[in-house]
Amino acid sequence: MRLLVKNGSIQRRLAVQLSLVAGILSFGLFMLIQVVAETAAVDTQDKILRASAISIADSLYAENGKVRLELPYAALSMLGTISQDRVFYRVLFKEKTLTGYDDLPVQAVEMLERKNKFSTFQYRGEEVRSVLIKRSIAVDGVFSDAIIIVAQTRLGLNVISQKITRTATTMGVLFFLFGTGLSVWAAHVALNPLNRIAQAVTQRGPKDLRPVTGNSPSELKPLVDALNSFILRLKSSALRTEDFISEAAHRVRTPLATVRTQAEVIHRSLDKSKNKTALRDMIRALDESSRSAGQLLDHAMVNFRSDQFSPSEINLLDILKEVCNRLSPLAGLKDITINNEFQEDNCLFRGDAILLHNAIRNILDNAIKYSPDDSIITVKCHWSKKIIVSFEDAGRGFSGNEYTKRFTRGTNVGDVIGSGLGLTIANEVAIVHGGFVLISKNKKGVGSCVSLILPTF
Amino acid sequence: MRYLLVEDNIQLARAISDRFALEGHVVDHAKSLNEAREFMDLTSYQLILLDIMLPDGDGRFFLKTHRVNKNTTPIIILTARSEVSDRINLLDLGADDYITKPFDFRELEARCRAVLRRQDGSADNKLELSGTILDSLEGTLKTGAKIEKLRNRELRLIEIFFSSPEKIFSKNHLMDRLFSFSEDISENAIEVYVGRLRKKLDNSHVKIETVRGLGYRLISLK
Amino acid sequence: MRFAYFTYLLAAFVFLKSFALAFEIEDNKYYEVEKNEQILRIISTADIEAFEPIILAFQKEFQTIAIDYVVASSSQTMEAIYNENGKFDLVISSAMDLQTKLANDGLAQTYKSLETEKLPIWAQWRNQVYGFTHEPAVMVISKKEYGNLPLPKTRDQFVELLRRNSEKFIGRIGTYDVSQSGLGYLFATQDSRNTDSFWRLIEMIGRLDVELYCCSGSMIEDVSSGRLVLAYNVLGSYAENSLKKFPGLKIISFDDFSTIMMRTALIPMAAKRPDLSGKMIDFLLQLHSKPDLVALSGLQPITRHNLLDDKRTRPIRLGPGLLVFLDKLRKENFLRNWESSISQE
Repeated sequence: MRLLVKNGSIQRRLAVQLSLVAGILSFGLFMLIQVVAETAAVDTQDKILRASAISIADSLYAENGKVRLELPYAALSMLGTISQDRVFYRVLFKEKTLTGYDDLPVQAVEMLERKNKFSTFQYRGEEVRSVLIKRSIAVDGVFSDAIIIVAQTRLGLNVISQKITRTATTMGVLFFLFGTGLSVWAAHVALNPLNRIAQAVTQRGPKDLRPVTGNSPSELKPLVDALNSFILRLKSSALRTEDFISEAAHRVRTPLATVRTQAEVIHRSLDKSKNKTALRDMIRALDESSRSAGQLLDHAMVNFRSDQFSPSEINLLDILKEVCNRLSPLAGLKDITINNEFQEDNCLFRGDAILLHNAIRNILDNAIKYSPDDSIITVKCHWSKKIIVSFEDAGRGFSGNEYTKRFTRGTNVGDVIGSGLGLTIANEVAIVHGGFVLISKNKKGVGSCVSLILPTF
Repeated sequence: MRYLLVEDNIQLARAISDRFALEGHVVDHAKSLNEAREFMDLTSYQLILLDIMLPDGDGRFFLKTHRVNKNTTPIIILTARSEVSDRINLLDLGADDYITKPFDFRELEARCRAVLRRQDGSADNKLELSGTILDSLEGTLKTGAKIEKLRNRELRLIEIFFSSPEKIFSKNHLMDRLFSFSEDISENAIEVYVGRLRKKLDNSHVKIETVRGLGYRLISLK
Repeated sequence: MRFAYFTYLLAAFVFLKSFALAFEIEDNKYYEVEKNEQILRIISTADIEAFEPIILAFQKEFQTIAIDYVVASSSQTMEAIYNENGKFDLVISSAMDLQTKLANDGLAQTYKSLETEKLPIWAQWRNQVYGFTHEPAVMVISKKEYGNLPLPKTRDQFVELLRRNSEKFIGRIGTYDVSQSGLGYLFATQDSRNTDSFWRLIEMIGRLDVELYCCSGSMIEDVSSGRLVLAYNVLGSYAENSLKKFPGLKIISFDDFSTIMMRTALIPMAAKRPDLSGKMIDFLLQLHSKPDLVALSGLQPITRHNLLDDKRTRPIRLGPGLLVFLDKLRKENFLRNWESSISQE
């Protein structure tokens, strides 16, 4: 039993235990029916036996100094009404057999003193039930005892008993089946709240770290509490990770900003061309490192969010417009114009807005960086079977084999540091959304075209 | 122009103030939100540059109350965070723009310009010389009825000339101000932009003159 | 008291085959078969004449079973089963009470078959005693001797009739000698249970010098010969059978009630071939499906509904009730009453 339920489900364990209880109860019911009914049956036979004996006793009379008996017809015929059992009787007066079966034992004489006048014994090869009563008869004014014994075999009783056993067994089995069914049902119902909680937790998105609420039985409260406390810790841990990324960014960026701005100021105040060039190189190095740091942070953030990917309904065009607006002042510094060519106003998509924002910003940032002054970047978005967001620029493009090896960390376009990571970020975001990034030559001949290809849902 | 910079990092604040001073802008520096409020009570600013993490509170809270009080002074947030969620949050709270540290000063300038352009253009933003009006926010050059639209670099170049007419600017100086440090630009590039501006200044009483060996200057022909 | 058929009994003694018997037989016949392999020994209260058609029909069906048929009075039959271990395989008797007592005393075997299952519950007891005929107790009159006196419809009327016409019936009434005939005793005791008129009737016929008989057959013969005007409590089946032979007879059933007796069969505990007995019991229980045999033997078979339908019929019930009149004291009482009623002079 232990083995059976050791690692099994609670539901099965509960069902088995309840079934055991049902089994015990069924057996109890069986025994109860058996005992009660058999007692009733024995009782019935006893009553008839006694009635028979009394009617015989009532027929005893004294006549001419002798005891006489007119055995009433009913005395024996009544015994034949419920079964076809053999019937024996014996009447004794002054310890001499008056009539009947004179070998019928009078073993129960001593029982007369007690209340129990019935006994069961073997007689003529069969078990018989007998009753013994005593009646005082006055013969010539002297009272003497007459003993009347009536006995009956228990064939009918056995038949009844068999019938009762059958009924009791049927009842017991039915009760057991019913009980077992009920047990399985009860176990199922009892575990419903648990299943509900499990389902509620399972159906959650990975980012959904709200505590589990809803009605749960008091027995499950420790579990729910533990779960909620775990969720809380997980949540704070996730927040800490996010905070760490932000904090790291903050810590690095503020000093960088200070250095850079001061360098610019100094650069302006210098006259010597040689010093200026040195400072200029320094600022460039600063820019590159801060850009790399930014991209690394972006990449870390993308990884973090990808791990906890939780898409929602978004309008891709909103994100595109935002990024374009955001970057157009930057583009303007190089007199680069960003043109939008969107198919319609809405492009609904299921994804993570922040990730997509990041990907698009990195692609566009790259495009601006590699585009020559006074050029145009065209951002297109069209969709049919797939959503294709493409960024066409007039930059220097990628050389032949670079079209396939864009997406590894740290590869760069020529001498521009950090360019590879931007596209790597974009590609990772695309993959999380079930898409990919495609780099091709610009159809117009000059520059390249980076396409973010996403599945429609 | 008078800007208010709210930034707790004194070195950075000083650098930014110095940098803006080079462009001819006045920058008041507040080290905390309380200081910022005091400054704002004393005078009015065209633009506020706001850091988020400040010793006496969150810049976002300042931003929120600023907008609740119907104060229209544009605010650009200086943030060290790159998270887009932050950004969206900021814009929702009423920031006009934001820039992530560290930044190319020219980008900050461009963003300031863009934000100010979205405000009603005030007279302050217009410079005039001999009947030619430069609207630096609109990015236009107006001579009589003729309006020339200026591209970004053209605008910034002519702004330099208009801010100090008659002053000679060396090619190097102009390049420093016009191009980013990451770009390798030959000195001839300036000539291209000067050429373009000259074309747009045709039929006006203003001219960019080449001072041989020294650079360029803006002169009035009147 | 006179025992008219004492001579008949003596005659039976003459033909005794077995000399060491502790009981008396009346008749014996051995029915041989060609392949005499097995013998079914029956002791019966039924006359050979009455039972022979059944034996022959049985042997037609089971051609390898020889039958030793012994006729004895019911009390002697009882004696035989009590004392002669294994002499008989089957007991056929009209004395239901004695058969019941045999079963009650544990001297009968239980037998079950498809045929016994079909039998109505009241026609068997303990699956040991099986009733296979039902036969009413009737009154037989000689049309010629009876004359045109009114026919009595009840026993009361009958008593009244006898009282009024006593001179006509003196010495010319027959009935069973209950001390000799088990069947007679059974009929009498059932009558005494069923009507208060019984003792008046006995007194009346006793006054009229009733002739006492051992058997229905001889009563019928004496009525048909005109020796008796009527015989009371005659076995109906015999009477019916005799109608063909003696057209001068008339059978009268009373309207107040008519006692119905079942002829029963049982297999003694000590039977050597209970299998053969079973075959015979099955055969007897199929009697209702053999109308030819019914007609030939005059034995009315048990059917499911013939007994309880008629309110006048009082079928004698198998069961412990029948033991009451076999009680020693009760029987002594009854016989004493009977004798004192019959012989009043």
